[in-house]
Amino acid sequence: MSAADIAGAALLAGGLAVALGAALRRIVAHLPADAGALAARIDALLPQTQCGRCTYAGCRPYAEAIARGEAGTDQCPPGGDDTARALAALLGREPRPVNPAYGEIEGPLVALIDEARCIGCARCLPACPVDAIVGAKKRMHTVIADLCTGCELCLPPCPVDCIAMLPAPAVEHRRVA
Amino acid sequence: MAHNRPRGLELPAHKAVASTAPIGTAPAPSVAALALDQGSGRAARAVVAPGDRVRVGTRIAVATDPSTTSVHAPVAGRVLAIETRPTPSGDGPCILIENDGSDEREAAPLAWPGLEPAALVAALGDAGMAGYGGAAFPAAPKLAAARRHAARHLVLNGAECEPWICCDDALMRARAHDVVLGAQVLMHAMGAERCTVAIQDDKPEATAAVQAAVEAAADARIAIAAVSACYPAGAERLLLEAVTGIEVPHGTWPSTSGLLCQNVGTAAAAAGVVRGEPVTSRVVTVTGSGVARPGNLYARLGTPVSTLVEACGGYTDRPLRLIAGGSMMGRALATDEVPVTLALNCLLVATAGDLVERGTEYACIRCGDCADVCPTRLLPQQLLRGVVANDPDVLERHGLTDCIECGCCDYVCPSAIPLTARFRAARAEARVRESARWRADDLRDRYARHGQRLEAASEAERRAFENARDRARGQGG
Repeated sequence: MSAADIAGAALLAGGLAVALGAALRRIVAHLPADAGALAARIDALLPQTQCGRCTYAGCRPYAEAIARGEAGTDQCPPGGDDTARALAALLGREPRPVNPAYGEIEGPLVALIDEARCIGCARCLPACPVDAIVGAKKRMHTVIADLCTGCELCLPPCPVDCIAMLPAPAVEHRRVA
Repeated sequence: MAHNRPRGLELPAHKAVASTAPIGTAPAPSVAALALDQGSGRAARAVVAPGDRVRVGTRIAVATDPSTTSVHAPVAGRVLAIETRPTPSGDGPCILIENDGSDEREAAPLAWPGLEPAALVAALGDAGMAGYGGAAFPAAPKLAAARRHAARHLVLNGAECEPWICCDDALMRARAHDVVLGAQVLMHAMGAERCTVAIQDDKPEATAAVQAAVEAAADARIAIAAVSACYPAGAERLLLEAVTGIEVPHGTWPSTSGLLCQNVGTAAAAAGVVRGEPVTSRVVTVTGSGVARPGNLYARLGTPVSTLVEACGGYTDRPLRLIAGGSMMGRALATDEVPVTLALNCLLVATAGDLVERGTEYACIRCGDCADVCPTRLLPQQLLRGVVANDPDVLERHGLTDCIECGCCDYVCPSAIPLTARFRAARAEARVRESARWRADDLRDRYARHGQRLEAASEAERRAFENARDRARGQGG
């Protein structure tokens, strides 16, 4: 083997390394910068109901689990099939309808506290993921219907079962500058 | 920018039908039904209860945000009920007032030239001022935005371009002095340096009347501009471009371009407000072959439109359809028991002869006629593709939000495709999507703050426990 052969092989190997490196960089450039950015893009597609039906603690934790590749795109009943489709499209996965194991797809709901039966125990206050319940110990509680996401997380802590879920009225939300 | 493409349509006007006679007055209703949403799309909050006594001009509902308008009693009497009723823009909450016929008023004139502009804006808002052009957009937020952006040029819209409608024409001829006084009030409120009254060139009498009023007022800041009589020359952005040469950019309000547009009727109402008359009436064109004596009427808000038809001699043999607004952009009414609202500029009682029957719909042949006439230079055939494919991205890319729903594309479409109706539905869907997005953004923030607060609380508890433990150990040791 001559020195020229060795030099040629070295050049070839070096050239390949450079070319492959460049190709790899291009592929990486098409991936999101980091998992946090991907999770944020996934989170932006979720309905922010914060109900935890996906088995995660809220929409953002679910988004992070999807970004890590742990969770499927079919675990969000409040988002319905539209959200499942949008998630699959974002991630380049096979679109799948919402898995009924995570809950039924139903219309938007709001919680209503029966104020006559409420004993003012304040246990539902920390349970509400979006702080939509106003009240204090031994004072009447009430739900701000505009903010309620219908997640039903206030139901289990209530010792007197005074919270009912009703169909949410159609309200147009506008940004007020 | 000047564009060479033809924009809009030249339509048969049908205006002489109603504009020959002077403005009449509709009788006051025995029960007035005041819609809490006077046409802007959002309801104000009622501040009276059944049984309350009100006088003409008593505030009965207050604005709760910049898209709502205060409402005032147009009659004196007792509040009967607050209930859902048909209104020109669908069923909505209305305050019913039984008229006792006394017409007792509440009047608080404004010493306006001495008033701080910001206070004047607030006073105009409190008086229920909103756009008289048909959209009833609240006037005070527009004036406040004009002040914020230091907009210096007020354009008064007297370019009533819809066929059949002539209430602004009639108003300018009858109350030109109020239009000019109102222009001065609005200029003071927004801080404008000049005002252009834009009137279409097919309204020589209105132009002459306003000209005379401007000369009488000897106000050099106010000028008159003639604009072409094509449809839809009176659409806000098109008018501003025609008058000032400034094209208001997509996604911004005119005030950011230094302009403010108000209807001439709004100006006349401002003149009323400084005299101490809150907004309680408007001029309505009652026209079409289905009504015996077409004309313009001063009507109190809340008057049933059936009363307007009676005041114009009643129905002729066979009216086909009642339309709130004009023949191009109006909305069909299911009943004549809807009340007059601030947005109701015209009641068109149409017979078969007045309306062009829409033919059978065929597939789009991509002729491009719609794109030629679109006054906002959209490509309706491409938008239609987005609607058919239900693809929000296509709709957004092709500027669905800039569609003014003027109906020009429908008018020329050889395939008789109801384009505007499709776009209107698509815009409503886009608004719902946008609304859901805004709500989700709010909820995301609230969820994050909720988590932080719970964490901080448990951290504080842990620290308190540790402190107590350390103190106990300190005492023990």
